[in-house]
Amino acid sequence: MDPAAPSPRRRRRGPIDWPTAILIVLVVTAAVYVLWRDGSARFLEVIGEDSSLFLWMMPNVLAGCLIAALVTVLLPRDTVVRWVGKEAGFKGILISAGVGIIVPGGPYTIYPIAAAFLGMGADAAAVITLITSWTTIGLSRSLVWELPFLGFDFVLWRWVGALPLGVLAGLIVRAIERHWRMKAKP
Amino acid sequence: MIEIIVMAALWLIVIALSLGVARRSFPLLHESAKSGATEFIYLVPRMAIGMLGSGFIAAALPNDTVAYWLGSSSGISGIGLAMVAGAMTPGGPVVGFAIAAAALKGGAGAPQIIAYTTAWALYAFPRLLTYELPMMPARVVWLRVLASIPLPFIAAWLAMLIGKP
Repeated sequence: MDPAAPSPRRRRRGPIDWPTAILIVLVVTAAVYVLWRDGSARFLEVIGEDSSLFLWMMPNVLAGCLIAALVTVLLPRDTVVRWVGKEAGFKGILISAGVGIIVPGGPYTIYPIAAAFLGMGADAAAVITLITSWTTIGLSRSLVWELPFLGFDFVLWRWVGALPLGVLAGLIVRAIERHWRMKAKP
Repeated sequence: MIEIIVMAALWLIVIALSLGVARRSFPLLHESAKSGATEFIYLVPRMAIGMLGSGFIAAALPNDTVAYWLGSSSGISGIGLAMVAGAMTPGGPVVGFAIAAAALKGGAGAPQIIAYTTAWALYAFPRLLTYELPMMPARVVWLRVLASIPLPFIAAWLAMLIGKP
């Protein structure tokens, strides 16, 4: 790999971007509100809970970033393009939906992988299908988090109803893109 | 317990992939490890803000009010409201499911709850700001947001079509 070549994944980034700025405003507002409404004991409790959760997640986040970087090296670029590139069509969307169901971990794994795929030439519709399928019917999330809260019957019911959502999202993205292209060249 | 299994699984994948890359060349392994670590360092402060923030946003959310508005009599407007509430609920693995469970116990309608959890899964605005926008090209993020608008309705409708078990 030529170290001088710009990596496809990395964009130009400032130390602070506007999503982070909005987030900081949201967080400060919520924190001040909680402090004002519930007092400092509850305020410190929230900080304590979230700090331990944060520390717990760190190894997973590092693992997610490494998996994305390693997959980028291991998967041949033309394989990605052939499977989930523009030309792959509906097959690419179906493959992405299937992959989304089984990718383990949290947002810290799926977004690095999705960004890496985009950089390697995957189609935007396929990548959006991957994310949508992962968030709505991802197995690891349903089994680990949803099941204890909502119970087997409800989860299965919701899961079956949500099954086509990833594919639908991909098809809608295709339709939007086609519409934009038509408008672009009158 | 389950957290440890997830963590172990992720690191097993890392080890397997590393071995695969190392078989090809060590400098390549070094290069990709460095690239992954750079990404990690970029993410850590954003995650710190995002996760601390999610806790405060969740604590500030009036759960009872949310549950009340998702009542089964609220119909289509209830589904629309459930979508907005779901999008505003912070990400993280549990907040949305916890509110959904509380609302179900409190007599909320099943289609509303399905619309709520689906919208939460799709949008979770704080998660979008913490992870998605910093990592993905903005154009793709907005395309995804746009394409996702009808999905909570479709999920609720499909679930109704199947019928509750």
